[in-house]
Amino acid sequence: MTASLEVSGLAFAYPDGHQALFGVDFAIERGERVALLGPNGAGKTTLVLHLNGILGGGAGTVTVAGLPVGKRHMAEIRQKVGIVFQDPDDQLFMPTVREDVAFGPAAAGLKGAELEARVRTALERVGMAEFADRPPHHLSFGQRRRVAVATVLAMEPEILVLDEPSSNLDPASRRELADILRSLDVTVLMVTHDLPYALELCPRALILSDGVIAADGPTGELLSDDALMRAHRLELPFGFDPRSVTART
Amino acid sequence: MGAGHAHRLYRHGHSPVHRLPAHTKLAAAFAFVVVVVSTPREAMWAFALYAVLLAAVAAAARVPAGFLLKRLLIEVPFVAFAVLMPFVAEGERVHVLGLSLSVNGLWGAWNVLAKGTLGVAASVLLAATTELRELLLGLQRLKLPPLLVQIASFMIRYGDVITDEMRRMRIARESRGFEARGVRHWGVLAKSAGALFIRSYERGERVHLAMVSRGYAGSMPVIDEVTASRAQWSYALALPCAALVVCLLGWTL
Amino acid sequence: MHVPDGFINAPTSAAAGVVAAGALAVSLRGARRELDERTAPLAGLVAAFIFAVQMLNFPVAAGTSGHLLGGALAAILVGPYTGVLCVSVVLLMQGILFADGGLTALGVNITDMAITTTVVAYAVFRGLVKVLPRRRRSVTVASFAAALLSVPAAAVVFTLIYAIGGTTDVSIGKVATAMIGVHVLIGIGEAAITALTVGAVIAVRPDLVYGARGLEQRLKLRVNGELVDAPAAEPAPAPVPAAARSSHRKLWITGLVASLILAGFVSFYASASPDGLEKVAHDQGIDQKEKPHANADSPLADYGVKDISDARLSGGLAGVIGVGVTVVVGSTVFWVVRRRRTDSDAPGSSVSQAA
Repeated sequence: MTASLEVSGLAFAYPDGHQALFGVDFAIERGERVALLGPNGAGKTTLVLHLNGILGGGAGTVTVAGLPVGKRHMAEIRQKVGIVFQDPDDQLFMPTVREDVAFGPAAAGLKGAELEARVRTALERVGMAEFADRPPHHLSFGQRRRVAVATVLAMEPEILVLDEPSSNLDPASRRELADILRSLDVTVLMVTHDLPYALELCPRALILSDGVIAADGPTGELLSDDALMRAHRLELPFGFDPRSVTART
Repeated sequence: MGAGHAHRLYRHGHSPVHRLPAHTKLAAAFAFVVVVVSTPREAMWAFALYAVLLAAVAAAARVPAGFLLKRLLIEVPFVAFAVLMPFVAEGERVHVLGLSLSVNGLWGAWNVLAKGTLGVAASVLLAATTELRELLLGLQRLKLPPLLVQIASFMIRYGDVITDEMRRMRIARESRGFEARGVRHWGVLAKSAGALFIRSYERGERVHLAMVSRGYAGSMPVIDEVTASRAQWSYALALPCAALVVCLLGWTL
Repeated sequence: MHVPDGFINAPTSAAAGVVAAGALAVSLRGARRELDERTAPLAGLVAAFIFAVQMLNFPVAAGTSGHLLGGALAAILVGPYTGVLCVSVVLLMQGILFADGGLTALGVNITDMAITTTVVAYAVFRGLVKVLPRRRRSVTVASFAAALLSVPAAAVVFTLIYAIGGTTDVSIGKVATAMIGVHVLIGIGEAAITALTVGAVIAVRPDLVYGARGLEQRLKLRVNGELVDAPAAEPAPAPVPAAARSSHRKLWITGLVASLILAGFVSFYASASPDGLEKVAHDQGIDQKEKPHANADSPLADYGVKDISDARLSGGLAGVIGVGVTVVVGSTVFWVVRRRRTDSDAPGSSVSQAA
C-alpha cells in the first residue's frame, strides 16, 4: 500500500533568497493522525503550501497517494490534499455556508443532487447541517472553523491538513473540534503549537526545526524529552505532564 | 454621500414578490425606472400612477409604508439641490409669496424629485425583497460579466469583516485616549486606513490561496442554477409593462 | 454626489452607460492581465476596503466631517484598471442595495466617479512621479496632486454630462461654478487623506503601492550612498529603451498634466470670484428669455445644443475644462487602441447591457 503522503528531500527558498526548507523527509501512512510541531519560523507554513503545489520549484518531491505533486496532476492533487487554513474567514469566501462547502466539489465538476448530497454529508460530519443557509460571518468563530473543515471534507480528500486548528477556540469549541477530528477516518496532518492538543489527537508527531525534520516519533515520547523540547523552543503549558496523559485514538 | 451603509435593507418575508427569481426583479426594476425617466415631466398624473403601481408592489410584498418612507431619506441631499433649482434656473419667472422663481426651474425641480423618488422607491423595494446573494446571482443571470459579479460578491462577503476590523482599530485608538477631533488628527486616521488597506490586500492574497487550494482556476463553479418560468417573468414584468402604458399615454395625451 | 434617476435625461444616461460598459470591459481585461486569477479576490477585497474607508469619518472642525471618495486612492494603490473595477462595483452595490444613486444613472455615476477619478488621478500621479525626484516624499506629493485634481475633474465631467443631458435649464456656467467650486474644496480634503494614506502604506509595504512600482529598486540603490543630495535630475532621458514609445508617453502625460492643472486652477479662481462668470451667465439667460416657448411642448427641447453653446460663450472656463477632459478621453482611447493592437489574445470579454 502506498503512503498517503510522502515528502523527500524537499528544499525551498523564497524569491527574496530566504531559504525556509533544507531537505525535509517524512512519510505518513493512510489513516494516521500526525502532528507537525515546531517553533515560529521553522518553515511549517512553507511546508504546508508545498503539499498541494501552491509553492514549488525547489528541490525534492512530494507524493500524495502515489501521485507526484506537480503541474500535471494539479487538479487531482488539490482534490486529494485538503488544507484548512488558520483563519476561517480566509477560507469561507462564499456568501453562504452551503455554497462555500459546495465550492470545491463544484470546481471539480460535481452537479445537482450529487453535489447536494456531498455538501450535506460534509456538513453533517462537522455538525453544522442546520447552518447551511447562513452567511459565514454570522457564525461564531468555532462554528466557522468547523465549516472550514467541512469545506475540505466535501472534496473527500486523501489527507486533511490543518493549520493551527485549535487557535482562538474556547475550550468547548476546542473539544468539539477534537471530537470531530477523531470521528473522521481520513489521514490527518495537524500543524500546531498546541502541544496538549497534539498529544490528545495524534499518536505520532514530527518536529520541524530550521527547515528539517528534527524528530519523528510517538507524540508522548517526544513531548517527554525535555532536552529535545528545549532544543527546538517547544514548551508545554504550565503544570502539564505528558506522561500522565494517554493519547486517545 | 456614500456613508452610513452599515445596516442591511433586506426585510425577511415570504410574499409572492420575495419568491420571484432575483433576475426577473432586477430586470423589472431597471425597466420600470427607465420608463419613469423617459416620461415627459408635464404629465404629472403619470407620476401619480407610477407611485400607485409601486404602492401596489409594496403591498404585495408586505413592505410597510413606514419602512419604505424611511428608506427614501437617502434622497435628502438631492431634495436640497432640487429646492435650489427654481431660484437659479433660467427662463420665464413667476412670483410666489414674494419670491422670484423660474418656471423652468420649478419644472426641473419637480422632474428630479418625482423621478428620483420613484427610482429610489423602486430600488428600495428591490433590495427589501431580495437577499444579497440572490441579487448577485441575479446579476450573473442578467449576463453581467462573471468577473464583475465575483468582485461584487467578494466585496459583500468581506465588507463586514473589514468594517469590523476598522471598528476594532477605532476602539484600540480610543482605548489609548485618542479621539480624532480635527484636521490635526488626520495623520493618525490615515495610518489606520493604510493599515486597513494592507490587511485587506493581504487577506485577498490568503483568500486566493484558499480558493486555489480547492481547485479554483479563474472561474466560479455554478452552484445554484436559478431559472425563471414564463409565469414568473410575466409576473415580474407586469410592473414595467403597466408603467410603459402610462408612459405612452403621457406622451400622447 | 451620487446622481439619482431623472437628473440626466434618458438618452444621455444610456450613452453614459455605454461609455461605462466600454471602460469596464477594458478594465476587466487590464486587471486580468495584471492579476490573472487573483483578480476576483484581490479586487473584491480592495472594493470592500474602499467601501469601508468611505465610512471612516475625518473630522474637519466643529462637528463637521468629511470622508474619502476613494477613486484616487484606489488608482494609486492598485492601478487604474483594478481601481476602476473596485469603485464601479462599490457604486453598483450602493445603487442596488442602498438606492444610493439611481439605477438608470448608474452609467453616469460610474463614468463620473469611478472612471474619471481613477484615470485622472492615475495619469497625474504617474506624470508627477516621473518628473519629481525619486523619493518616497515625491510619491506622497504626487498622490496629493492626483487626488486634488481627480475630484474637480469628476465635477467637470458631471458638468459636461449635465450640459448634454441635464433635465433642468440651469445655465451651465452656474452648474460648473457650483460643482467645481464645491469639489475643489472636497478635493483638498480628499488629497490630504489620500496622500497620508498612501504615505502610511508605502512606509510599511511599498511593494503594494501599484503606482510606486519601479520606483523602489532605484530607491534602494541610493539608500546605500548619500540619501540627501542624490542627483535625481536627468535620469529619465539616459535609459531610452523604446525611444518612440517613451517620448510619446511623455508627451501626452505632460500635455495632460498641464491642461488638468490649468483646468483645476482656472476653475478654482473662477469659483473663488464667480462674479464675472455669473454676469456672463446672467446675460445669456436674459438673451434666452425671448424664446422660451418656441418648442416647449417637446420635453427634449429644453436641453441639448442650447446649453452647450451657452457654455462656449460663458467665458473660457468651459473651454479650458473641455481641453482637459478631451485630452483625457483622447489619450485613453489612443492608449486602448494601441493596447488592443498589441495584444490579440483573449477574445473580447462581453459586457452586458445591464451596466
